[in-house]
Amino acid sequence: MTKQHPAWSPYDNNGGTCVAIAGADYCVTAADTRMSTGYSILSRDYSKIIKLADKCVMASSGFQADVKALQKLLAARHLIYQHQHNKQMSCPAMGQLLSNTLYYKRFFPYYSFNVLGGLDNEGKGCVYTYDAVGSYERVGYSSQGSGSTLIMPFLDNQLKSPSPLLLPAQDAVTPLSEAEAVDLVKTCFASATERDIYTGDKLEIVVLNKDGIHREYMELRKD
Amino acid sequence: MESIQAKQGLVGPNDPIQRTQLPYVTGTSVVALKYKDGILMAADMGGSYGSTIRYKSVERIKPIGKHSLLGASGEISDFQELLRNLDELILYDNMWDDGNSLGPKELHSYLTRVMYNRRNKFDPLWNSLVLGGVKNGQKYLGMVSMIGVNFEDSHVATGFGNHLARPILRDEWHENLSYEDGVKLLEKCMRVLLYRDRSAVNKLQIAKITEEGTTISQPYALKTFWGFTAFQNPTAGAEGSW
Amino acid sequence: MFRNQYDTDVTTWSPAGRLFQVEYAMEAVKQGSAAIGLRSKTHVVLGCVNKANSELSSHQKKIFKVDDHIGVAIAGLTADGRVLSRYMRSECINYSYTYESPLPVGRLVVQLADKAQVCTQRSWKRPYGVGLLVAGLDEKGAHLYYNCPSGNYFEYQAFAIGSRSQAAKTYLERRFENFSESTREDLIKDALMAIRETLQGETLKSSICTVAVVGAGEPFHILDQETVQKLIDSFDIAGTEEGPAAAPDSAAEGGSAAEGGAASEQGAPADEGVAPMDI
Repeated sequence: MTKQHPAWSPYDNNGGTCVAIAGADYCVTAADTRMSTGYSILSRDYSKIIKLADKCVMASSGFQADVKALQKLLAARHLIYQHQHNKQMSCPAMGQLLSNTLYYKRFFPYYSFNVLGGLDNEGKGCVYTYDAVGSYERVGYSSQGSGSTLIMPFLDNQLKSPSPLLLPAQDAVTPLSEAEAVDLVKTCFASATERDIYTGDKLEIVVLNKDGIHREYMELRKD
Repeated sequence: MESIQAKQGLVGPNDPIQRTQLPYVTGTSVVALKYKDGILMAADMGGSYGSTIRYKSVERIKPIGKHSLLGASGEISDFQELLRNLDELILYDNMWDDGNSLGPKELHSYLTRVMYNRRNKFDPLWNSLVLGGVKNGQKYLGMVSMIGVNFEDSHVATGFGNHLARPILRDEWHENLSYEDGVKLLEKCMRVLLYRDRSAVNKLQIAKITEEGTTISQPYALKTFWGFTAFQNPTAGAEGSW
Repeated sequence: MFRNQYDTDVTTWSPAGRLFQVEYAMEAVKQGSAAIGLRSKTHVVLGCVNKANSELSSHQKKIFKVDDHIGVAIAGLTADGRVLSRYMRSECINYSYTYESPLPVGRLVVQLADKAQVCTQRSWKRPYGVGLLVAGLDEKGAHLYYNCPSGNYFEYQAFAIGSRSQAAKTYLERRFENFSESTREDLIKDALMAIRETLQGETLKSSICTVAVVGAGEPFHILDQETVQKLIDSFDIAGTEEGPAAAPDSAAEGGSAAEGGAASEQGAPADEGVAPMDI
């Protein structure tokens, strides 16, 4: 028998689920607040959503240390942008920046799964969804992280988004009202928490609309 | 000539870079919590060489500057090197002599960067760190892992502590714990760890940090009770072939 | 052509123990349009005079935000000022990336001074031709510093640099004892009054000045032109050729200051006794 000794990996998966839904004049972004490693819970109250600009928030799951590094880098880049342009970055601009930042580490990637939610220059809700190395797409709604396999098909079913193959292209924003979208997100997470051990404890919801930004919370199962 | 000289040392200039791929002497759990006036932190003093308990007087909780306490589990030498680095950092901070100082929040952020940068170089510091402190009436308690995972909480524990101590803390911890109740709670956690963690030793220190400053207790032992019948005859009721 | 044989490069001493190139850089600060700063316990206000290069051009920006807690006003070579404020911005960003807290102003000022000092000791460099008034907030409260090309830096309650700054300094010297307890509004008023002193009769309008504030609970920001104009109107301090607030004695001081300014613009030798570096 070979001697057992501890090995290490530069990556960990700290779990968590993120959802964003874009409407005609709002955007709802949500994530649970559980942080895990393996079968253990590290924290029951860790926020995965950060505000990157006035009209742009990012929800991220995956490896927390990479996520934190990514968040700090984007915050620094946004500061530089503000110094140079005297304005806040728009959500589509931040979307491109996030993609470039992720791709910059293509061969030692940030193990992070992000959705970007916000309002575009017309005030319309916008959601960008990413993989770990920066491929991205603007969509009407999306889910990322450990519970995404449970939530994404449910959203597909409920939101009946027009096929992206339709020509001319159809608007991807969902037909729901803001309150309906918030309710839908709550249902999604309550359900995902039942089956995904990495999702739970508390749900954080960030709503962006013409009145600004607003946060609310809902308790989730803690087991 | 140079190569001959180099061969006499452990590492020559042309030898491949050595990195920590496995720890040598390690410390086990650190447990810490917020209480009414500040932070309490506990750690035993064992230093394990694999499964041998090689050292029994290792100090694993140290004050950093005026406002912070650092506790570490994992590779002791990495922790001690980190302490030397932090000593220098605090020295340079004090040398400004301008009334500004690094608080626990700043140090936690700094340590997170150190740990994460070392993992990016594939040369990690093999530790889980607990940082607690009080500055300007703000209590602060956070953790960093060897690959840079970091968070704040009202109570934290590394290693086995996360499995065995935190459930107890989640049950019994509250915002207004008095100093006495905080110590009792930590001792309860450390006792469970002593019973269940084979590399824990019955010699520990409890440290306190408040607005007034830092105190680290003298090493002491917990009262234990090994008289349970299951301890005296562990195979009773589970007899095997030998 | 040359004033003397010891001023052709920065690193050559004169027998009197002076570095002429460094002193010339100090003169560059006096050529620039004026910038002023003053502070209370909780707030710092920066102000500057905007001068357009020609009828056809707009003026250059002279006040820069460095971070939420730090800003600078410059006088001298604006191009050098931009380089230095970019350096300060990146230092602030780097510090808050590492420590998640704002860089203490005093430390940034020392780093900046050290950077300027290097240029006074390298034969292949030239000193920065700009003076910076650095306003900021840290654990110890509000601060106002002056950084000059020589690498010296000083902390002030109130200060003015640039052309005709002597008039503003005189105004500030008469009133600085009250600044510590001043309200934010009073500080801004005094800032505008000090700016007016440097105008030499020209009417104070929001189009020819910029005012910025940083303070407890108030991130550094430049007041927009409308706000400034409203303040000027409400304080009734626009002033004219013979300003009503200008007392006879201050008019006399203003006169002498104008002479000083004119002298420096001609590049006349500074007072033999005092090296301008010390200022």
